[in-house]
Amino acid sequence: MKKILIIFAHPAINKSRIHRRLTDSVKNMPGISLNNLYEKYPDFYIDIIQEQQLLIEHDIIVWQHPFYWFSAPAILKEWFDLVLQHGFAYGEKGHSLEGKQVLSVISTGGNNDVYSKKGRNHYTINEFLVPFKQSASLCRMEYLPPYVIFGSHTITPAEIEVQTSKYKKMLTSLRDNQWGCLLLQSVEYLNELTN
Amino acid sequence: MYNQDFFFQAMIYLTAAVVMVPLVKKLGLGSVLGYLAAGIIIGPSALGLVGFENGRVMQFAEFGVILMLFVIGLELQPSLLWKMRRTIFGLGSLQVFITVIVIGGIALLLNFKINRAVAIGLIFALSSTAIILQTLTEKGLLQNNAGRSAFLVTLFQDIMVVPMLAIIPLLASFDGKSTIAGTTLNRITTNIELDGWLHLLFIIAVIALIIFGGRFISRYFFRLIAETGMHEVFTAMALLMIIGIALAMHEIGLSPALGTFLAGVVLADNEYRHELETTINPFKGLLIGLFFISVGASINIALFLQKPLMILGFVLLLTLVKFIVLFILARYFRLRKGHDYLFAFLLAPSSEFAFVLISFSKQNQLFDEPTAGLMLLMVTLSMAISPLLLIFNEKALSPIMTRKQNKTEFDLVESSDNPVIIAGFGRFGLVIGRLLLANNYKVTIIDSNPANVEILRKFGFKLFYGDVTRPQVIEQAGIKHAKLVILSMAEYDEALQVADYLKKNYPYVKILARAKDIYHAFEFFKRNVNIVQQEVFDSAAGLGEKALVQLGFSRYEAYRATRTFKHHEKQVLLDLYALWKEDESRFIQETRRFSEQLSEILQAEKDYLIHETDYAWNANSIREEAELEKTSKKTKTKPKK
Repeated sequence: MKKILIIFAHPAINKSRIHRRLTDSVKNMPGISLNNLYEKYPDFYIDIIQEQQLLIEHDIIVWQHPFYWFSAPAILKEWFDLVLQHGFAYGEKGHSLEGKQVLSVISTGGNNDVYSKKGRNHYTINEFLVPFKQSASLCRMEYLPPYVIFGSHTITPAEIEVQTSKYKKMLTSLRDNQWGCLLLQSVEYLNELTN
Repeated sequence: MYNQDFFFQAMIYLTAAVVMVPLVKKLGLGSVLGYLAAGIIIGPSALGLVGFENGRVMQFAEFGVILMLFVIGLELQPSLLWKMRRTIFGLGSLQVFITVIVIGGIALLLNFKINRAVAIGLIFALSSTAIILQTLTEKGLLQNNAGRSAFLVTLFQDIMVVPMLAIIPLLASFDGKSTIAGTTLNRITTNIELDGWLHLLFIIAVIALIIFGGRFISRYFFRLIAETGMHEVFTAMALLMIIGIALAMHEIGLSPALGTFLAGVVLADNEYRHELETTINPFKGLLIGLFFISVGASINIALFLQKPLMILGFVLLLTLVKFIVLFILARYFRLRKGHDYLFAFLLAPSSEFAFVLISFSKQNQLFDEPTAGLMLLMVTLSMAISPLLLIFNEKALSPIMTRKQNKTEFDLVESSDNPVIIAGFGRFGLVIGRLLLANNYKVTIIDSNPANVEILRKFGFKLFYGDVTRPQVIEQAGIKHAKLVILSMAEYDEALQVADYLKKNYPYVKILARAKDIYHAFEFFKRNVNIVQQEVFDSAAGLGEKALVQLGFSRYEAYRATRTFKHHEKQVLLDLYALWKEDESRFIQETRRFSEQLSEILQAEKDYLIHETDYAWNANSIREEAELEKTSKKTKTKPKK
């Protein structure tokens, strides 16, 4: 069983519909730790040593957040800036994260079709996520396809429940190593494996 | 010993009270019945420990009634009276009026003369404020429709006691005997040798003085005395004021009870009201207790044993008559189904004021000894059955009523009680209060500095003056409904005292505390109060941050450096706390001095290394690596990604 660390960033969790439900659902799951950045560091004063320790202790890293301006909420960028130090995460002596798996779990307001060359946003999710992918690669980590919940503005409570159980299934499968390397890299979104 | 006799009597009274009241309370009955029972036991009917001096004790105890009326007056804010006028004056006056007529009529049928019949009607029309208030509070019914109406009716009755005390001597003078007894409680005629007109003028002047003084002048006196910070002087002042008014009223030939009641109403809007109330309450309680004991001692048990069935019959008749009148009124005033029964059952038993009126009538020779004795017995018994009536209503009647309606009735509890209590509203508390108010939270504020109270009142803050360390003050501030108590007071030991009290009696209320220094914080930690803020730390760090900017830091660097320092301080605090817990006694002896604290803090800081937090923004290592790469490329070797 692998250990999963969810690095979670949502600045207004009390107003959230999807992420609050998702994070609540994993609270008692074995092998999964939730690291709520805004709750832990309301002043953005990130405890770097503790965060690095958490990364070392886990095998799979999840960056989970709503997709703000085609990227992450501010504190996650701060986390990248401070925690992924040269000599720890990358560079000649930085091998602490080598070989770990990492993926983005995001929710977007728009539907799948707006994220395409001909759609309103012109680029695909995977194109927008290039900075995350390349950061992972610089840290010698394996970047998995993202898990995306589309259409967050119009999603119904019933659909949220469906999404929640799929999300849990996805995490369990990763944790228990049920999906092989090739299978994982064969899909565009991890969602395809939970259907 | 000079006062041996006095002390012996006092001992008997106090022993009786201390033994009987808790006993009766354990049985689920009110304290009034406890005092009465105590009086019966030590009185001539039973042990005979007290007897001939009882009249003197009674007169002394009547001062308790005066204090009670003062406190009732304090509860009656004129604005509140106005808001509730329909219930108070409509329902209240109808209840008294109709009951007096019906009971008076029955008394006439029993061959009483008209003046005595009226007096009997008046005496039995009243209901027991003490029993009702206690029952309502215990059962949480004060917000309930029936409960509140019942309370408002007793309020009207309490007000009516004052004119009743004036009417009884008049009724007595109908007999032509006109030997009107002067008691401390009341005199309608007077021995002042003044002309009628002059006398009237005199009366008006004294009442005007009470109103004017209470409204405009007393505040400054109270403030002056409160500022000395000596409670006993405040107590002395309050008692002095009441005794002074009682004497003045006595001199001009009016009821002292009326005077102090008036003074109470005038002071009801005063911000020292709570303090006055808590100061007077113990005296009132003890003296009223004494009063009831005296009443109990004068109850004639032999009389009851002579004709028990007749007396019980009278009591049942009385209760039934009152119940019917009340029930009809409740229907007329459209109390909800089920509530009308509760309302009538609450108000049917007789009042403790009936004892006052009966003994007063007896002194005025309106009733002879056996009649008064009989009436006292009836009142006592009707009060004694009141808990039984309520149990009957609760267990037997309500279930039937609600089943009939096929649904349970709930009253919307319109609780105006605030979720936050701020204790201490100086410069520190003010900031907290403003922040919470700005975010739409309602706060109740308690402060013990009269100067602050005065100023903040001007700016429309809702707050009252009181000493938070007194349990009554916290109760009155609505601790039962509060979620948070913020101890923002400046007093070191008092804050801990309040924390202790709250942890013991209201463990579910969250406490947030202002700590004077780290050892104060430790004292709070020890009491399991973990949300603690050191009072000067944040603002001092803020000024330090500005100093760093002046020394050439960028503003963000200065901000980060200060943040680092603050988080580091948290660690220092925890380390020191561990030390402190091990050897508390040494710390207590030494560390109240600032210099000692300083060395402890600096020592702890020395042992703790600040991690270079913003290391990632420090490009030194990456630059070195890049340099290396460049040089290695120049020297032709292997390419790197």
